[in-house]
Amino acid sequence: MDELLSEFLTETNESLDVVDVELVKFEQEPNNATILNNIFRLVHTIKGTCGFLGLPRLEALAHASETLMGKFRDGATVTPAAVTLVLNSIDRIKEILSELEAANGTEPAGEDRDLIDQLEAMSEGVEFAPAGSACDTLQALERPLRPGEVSLDELERAFQEAEVEEVVPLTLVEDTPAPAETAAPSFTKAEEKGEEVQNPSNAGSGKSVSNQSIRVAVDTLEDLMTMVSELVLTRNQLLEIARRHEDSEFKVPLQRLSNVTAELQEGVMKTRMQPIGNAWQKLPRIVRDLQQDLDKHIDLVMQGADTELDRQVLELIKDPLTHMIRNSADHGLETTQERIAAGKPEKGTITLSAYHEGGHILIEVADDGQGLNLERIKGKALKNGLATEAELEKMTEHQIQKFIFAAGFSTAANVTSVSGRGVGMDVVRTNVEQIGGTIDLRSTAGKGTTFIIKIPLTLAIVSSLIVEVAGDRYAIPQLSVMELVRVQSNSEHRIERIKDRPVLRLRNKLLPLAHMSELLGFGDSDADLDAEADNGFIVVMQVGSQTYGVVVDGVFHTEEIVVKPMSMMLRNLNMFSGNTILGDGSVIMIIDPNGVAAAMAGAGGADLANHADDIAEEAAATVSESDRSVSLLLFKAGSSEPKAVPLSLVTRLEEFDVATIERSNGRDLVQYRGGLMPLVYVNEEAGHRDEGSQPMLVFSDSGRSMGLVVDEIVDIVDDRLNVEVVSECPGVLGSAIIKGKATEVLDLGHYLPLAFDDWFMRKQIDAVDTSRKVLFLDDSSFFRNMLTPVLRAAGYDVTVCATASEAFEVMSSGEVFGAVITDIEMPDVNGYDFCETIRRDSRHHDVPVIALSAVVTPASIEKGRQAGFDDYVAKFDRPGLISALKDALTGEMGVAA
Amino acid sequence: MSNSNFTADATELVSAGSEYIQYVTVRIGGQLFGLPISQVHDVFVPEKVTKVPLAPVEVEGVLNLRGRIVTAINMRKKLGLVDEDKVEDMMAVGIEYKGESYGLVIDSVGEVLNLSAHEHEANPSNLDPRWAMVSGGIHRLSGELMVILDIDRLLTSLIEPKAA
Repeated sequence: MDELLSEFLTETNESLDVVDVELVKFEQEPNNATILNNIFRLVHTIKGTCGFLGLPRLEALAHASETLMGKFRDGATVTPAAVTLVLNSIDRIKEILSELEAANGTEPAGEDRDLIDQLEAMSEGVEFAPAGSACDTLQALERPLRPGEVSLDELERAFQEAEVEEVVPLTLVEDTPAPAETAAPSFTKAEEKGEEVQNPSNAGSGKSVSNQSIRVAVDTLEDLMTMVSELVLTRNQLLEIARRHEDSEFKVPLQRLSNVTAELQEGVMKTRMQPIGNAWQKLPRIVRDLQQDLDKHIDLVMQGADTELDRQVLELIKDPLTHMIRNSADHGLETTQERIAAGKPEKGTITLSAYHEGGHILIEVADDGQGLNLERIKGKALKNGLATEAELEKMTEHQIQKFIFAAGFSTAANVTSVSGRGVGMDVVRTNVEQIGGTIDLRSTAGKGTTFIIKIPLTLAIVSSLIVEVAGDRYAIPQLSVMELVRVQSNSEHRIERIKDRPVLRLRNKLLPLAHMSELLGFGDSDADLDAEADNGFIVVMQVGSQTYGVVVDGVFHTEEIVVKPMSMMLRNLNMFSGNTILGDGSVIMIIDPNGVAAAMAGAGGADLANHADDIAEEAAATVSESDRSVSLLLFKAGSSEPKAVPLSLVTRLEEFDVATIERSNGRDLVQYRGGLMPLVYVNEEAGHRDEGSQPMLVFSDSGRSMGLVVDEIVDIVDDRLNVEVVSECPGVLGSAIIKGKATEVLDLGHYLPLAFDDWFMRKQIDAVDTSRKVLFLDDSSFFRNMLTPVLRAAGYDVTVCATASEAFEVMSSGEVFGAVITDIEMPDVNGYDFCETIRRDSRHHDVPVIALSAVVTPASIEKGRQAGFDDYVAKFDRPGLISALKDALTGEMGVAA
Repeated sequence: MSNSNFTADATELVSAGSEYIQYVTVRIGGQLFGLPISQVHDVFVPEKVTKVPLAPVEVEGVLNLRGRIVTAINMRKKLGLVDEDKVEDMMAVGIEYKGESYGLVIDSVGEVLNLSAHEHEANPSNLDPRWAMVSGGIHRLSGELMVILDIDRLLTSLIEPKAA
């Protein structure tokens, strides 16, 4: 591209940004001639340059805007509509400029007649304020002129004369004050600018200001930075050599070289620094537009705009900041009416401030609005499954408030054009964390909310911990390292495992661990891991709210490293954020804590994805109907999916201290109510927690108790228990929709024998698809509750009776059953008598009857056969029952056919 | 920026009907390859190469070449050659691609040949697809054949699948 043109583009873009800011200010103080002149001058320059470079479209637009601005300068009343129009024109100019840049200097085809017509119409139609006020405009500077200054009137005249004919030389743009200054919102700065303008001779010649600053391409600075890094490296090597030769004559000059190099490095670093005000430049305009969109009065206060930080960081922080300002304006501040009602000043204030604090920059975005609505956040957290009611109870206000940083969390009840589109603070958080920063908030109901962003001064130089993994060194950014823990198998810090996943008890928390070597794809045989575990270090890292530990082989030291981007070939490796050259000249990879966190979550994430598929399949499965509502206990165990058992089966809910678990005869037991109660785990591998307490469900029946250990008791709900998808997996009856979520219904028939050895081992059964009516008689509600879902899951339509007389009643009412299942030991009429009675009834004499008994001996089976039972099945032998039922029904069908 | 100029130069030379292109010849697993000299920045001995875990197999590692971090690509692996007869002192050819430095690790560097731009032949149809992907044609030299290494295609083939 033409060098002249590219220069023009850069400068015009900057000028336009200034115009944006100035216009907003001008709208607020329409009588401030200084601001007006500044705008006028910039627009005029753009117009002149466009004409000079042969860009008619831009020139026409700029000219029309300038004409309107001219009217204002002549004393026309400034209306918001007019300012909006000019701002729109500026936007159009920007659009054209960007297309111009993309098209390599060719002005895009098109017409701006719409805007120009409006501008012209506005210029024609403007009302002139009384002459007196025009006079005021010219006298805005209310102090005597200093020596060497010219009055505004004179300045005016100078402009009038210079206005049309003269093609303004490019250099004039150079005196546009550096963006840093223009962004500074304080009035003093504006006045300084005014003073600059007041010296037309200076502005015209472009000598004084432009000589003090030059424009340097970013690439040049980057190159310079690289070379300085190399110089530092070489110096380090020289120092190393000099150290080995004691009385070297190089010593003194080398020392000098060392100092100069350090200063040079610092100096070059400085060139990369820019005032944060550059990132704030667009904000006043955004706030102005927001005021109109939202119909709120907002005051934007900016403090510490001259706080400097690396331009790379600056670029990355721009968007999050804009988003946060929008957020504060839209959600934070109340409407004008609400403010008045709350006794607050009508005008809401958003305060943006920046300051240094120990190698970091803190940026605060504060509003004096309504504060966060805790109840709404709680509700949303519950709805999104981020926390349970019980967990929320225990949380502090601050912890609850922090939920707004969770993914997909937006409490905005209404989606406005400004925000509330479901992408909210979590995006801001992600952006901030990407540059190694953190975000926090303070909120007081009715007083307002303050967001605090803490970001490193520069990304180029990062203090890092150098660690060793599998014989190689890696750098971990110090910012995310919380602490280091030395682990030894015999010390109090040792690595423990829950289903092969290593964890560490760290004070009162359980820290998930990962072996760095495993994450990096090196050998992961168990022998290796154990050996490592003996002599490892754990780097405790925090990313956002996630804390985890990474096991490394060794820890060296911390070092200030210059981050260099990885080549394109390697950029897809999320585990690394870059690479660097160490003092000894070797290259090492920088580990990205975010990548590690993602890799650690990866396994769980895959499970979730599978689960989602399951749910989809379940949804597709046929829905059968059963409208009886059952109380269900929802809990979690082994995985994140909810599980359920009928509440009536559960005798008690207990929470016990894991320290009281005793091991005997190869099983875990607890002392419970004077006896030993065996513990059964939903997920055998996961076992129990390492410390603290753990909830369990106690099932008791005729003097026997067992404890089913779970992770968390979620809820008790009344819902229909409709097992819709029969499970192939032992211990799970199938899945049912409970409270709108796919929930695994546990098969207690699987767990009870696990607690007591004298029960049968179960085997896989096939799901029976023929739906048949079955009568099930049992006096024990425990078995009724347990077996009914089993039978339903197997596809039977079950009628349940608690007593023999009830069963007789049902059967004599004319209902026809495919089979009858009955308990043997029952109080008034036992199973044998019941069976004989059925056999005597002509209507039912050929109905298959299956006996269920806890006592299964050859003698009892013989007795059953004599009584007329078709089959004799042990209680808890779920598959046995199902297959007996299947045989009975198919046999009966054979007879019928 | 400068690199794309180099590439442009090379193609321009050919299209302009210029007679000769200079090739730096290298050996990879016994086969002779030629790289247009305009694209070769330097030839160096790769030392202290740092492994990059999880990287594609062709990536030998990263190393420091005069303050720049160079990604070293093992050409034997890229070309699907067995790595068994490991040459003791490997060499590397430094190239630039889109502003980044890469080092092609090869067995040895030979002489520079001045070859006619028009005399090379298209890839034989039965050429191993991994080779065909990076070969810009074949030169028949007296005694042996020289495969022209097309740097752009080589690096595109390394970068593109990952970018997707």
